[in-house]
Amino acid sequence: MPKIVFTEPDGRRREIDAPAGITLMEAARQNGVQGILAQCGGACACATCHVYIDPAWLAQLESREDMEEGMLESAWEPRANSRLSCQIHVTAALDGLQVTVPQRQG
Amino acid sequence: MISTILIIGGGQAGAQAIDTLRREGFGGRIVLIGDEPELPYQRPPLSKKYLSGEMAADRLLFRHRSFYDEHRIELKLGQRAVRLDAQARQVALADGETLSYDRLLLCLGAASRRLTCPGADLAGVHYLRGIADVGAIQAGLKPLARVVIIGGGYIGLETAATGIKMGCEVTVLEMADRIMNRVVAPSVSTYFSDEHASHGVRIHCDTRVVGLEGAGRVERVVCADGKSHAADLIVVGVGAVAATDIASAAGLACDNGIVVDEHCRTSDAAIFAAGDCTNHPSPHYGRRMRLESVDNAFEQAKTAALNMLDRPTVHDRVPWFWSDQFDNKLLIVGLSQDHDRQIVRGDPASRSFSVCYLKGRELLAVEAINHSKDYMAARKLIAERTLLNPEKIADGNCALKEAV
Repeated sequence: MPKIVFTEPDGRRREIDAPAGITLMEAARQNGVQGILAQCGGACACATCHVYIDPAWLAQLESREDMEEGMLESAWEPRANSRLSCQIHVTAALDGLQVTVPQRQG
Repeated sequence: MISTILIIGGGQAGAQAIDTLRREGFGGRIVLIGDEPELPYQRPPLSKKYLSGEMAADRLLFRHRSFYDEHRIELKLGQRAVRLDAQARQVALADGETLSYDRLLLCLGAASRRLTCPGADLAGVHYLRGIADVGAIQAGLKPLARVVIIGGGYIGLETAATGIKMGCEVTVLEMADRIMNRVVAPSVSTYFSDEHASHGVRIHCDTRVVGLEGAGRVERVVCADGKSHAADLIVVGVGAVAATDIASAAGLACDNGIVVDEHCRTSDAAIFAAGDCTNHPSPHYGRRMRLESVDNAFEQAKTAALNMLDRPTVHDRVPWFWSDQFDNKLLIVGLSQDHDRQIVRGDPASRSFSVCYLKGRELLAVEAINHSKDYMAARKLIAERTLLNPEKIADGNCALKEAV
């Protein structure tokens, strides 16, 4: 099963088993990764599952769609490697993906 | 000394309260009582991707079971709390067990408002509130099935869109003169009416249902104008009523919800309430309200948890809501009541626009259709009470956050 490595806001690293098909947000939420609120549950309606993707992995991901782009614009400290984790589906190719959770959401 | 916290209700609020209590270092006993057998799960997908079968049940869960074990949460699921004794600080469960508490959090949610017309209890009439309601509706959403939806609000319209996706013939009956009339501007109702019509949904407004008929099972809906609509399946979405039974029986103040203060505390100092079941003050809007929303449940639960631990915290949020219908995302932030001006940004024909509600120069609410930029900008502008320039708002080329 692909493993995703989340770095929580306090610096703690969490290695999470994430079955292919679910989203990064779901993997984080079900395992209680700190700092991912995911209030809307993946509807791209709240921007509270914002994460920074290790730049080395960015090319492996599908690019942001307009809705996500618009949400991120007003997220807390958006960067070039910002994504909403609810918009990224886990695949075998993402085994080992490194993700950092921002200090706060919204 | 607080050693036991009892939470009644395993929805969004109950799940969030657990999280906050443990994160804030509460090490005592936490018991979660929920009348549904499932681990706490999210409800919004029930009328959307879960109903259509795109999302499996395990993806609805907030947390894996291991999370509750690791955080030492005693789960009493599939159990109903039947009596609250506020004096003795005890809750009785349907199976006879009695639990004592130092602090109690009521996350009782809301129940679907029921039809009362003749035939309302016929087989084939469904409500959509919990996971247990979904199976029977799904089974009826077969190609060419005649589905009649009573109520043109979020749940009705999302179910209508899902029904079309499943190949059904869908009719929506709405009592008011337009769909979603309580929550969006007329131009937004028109946009969504057109979207539904273009996908084949038949929407009838100004239509009051007076009876359901059929031999044992519903076969048709009869309306006040004398027309009737043949139906294989009926889904009713005519609003919800706060669940307050055990609270009011225990003598807690209730008035369209359990009355709480800005700390989510009820009229009993040891009892708190959060989510759809509360009638709470909104400092931002300066009035009391009851909201049915994920954000409200989430945030009130956090606030209640902090106050239960004697960390004074005020609940003061600008509410937000969303709805998915076909490939449209409706994002709403704020409450438009008391506005004196409405400005449409962008052209509905472009399938991406927003409606801004102002009182003077202050933004009260925004309804954004496929327009996440305006929605996100508005969340901040409303919360911070930024004074805006209406002329700039009306200029669709000016970003909303720059319209000062």
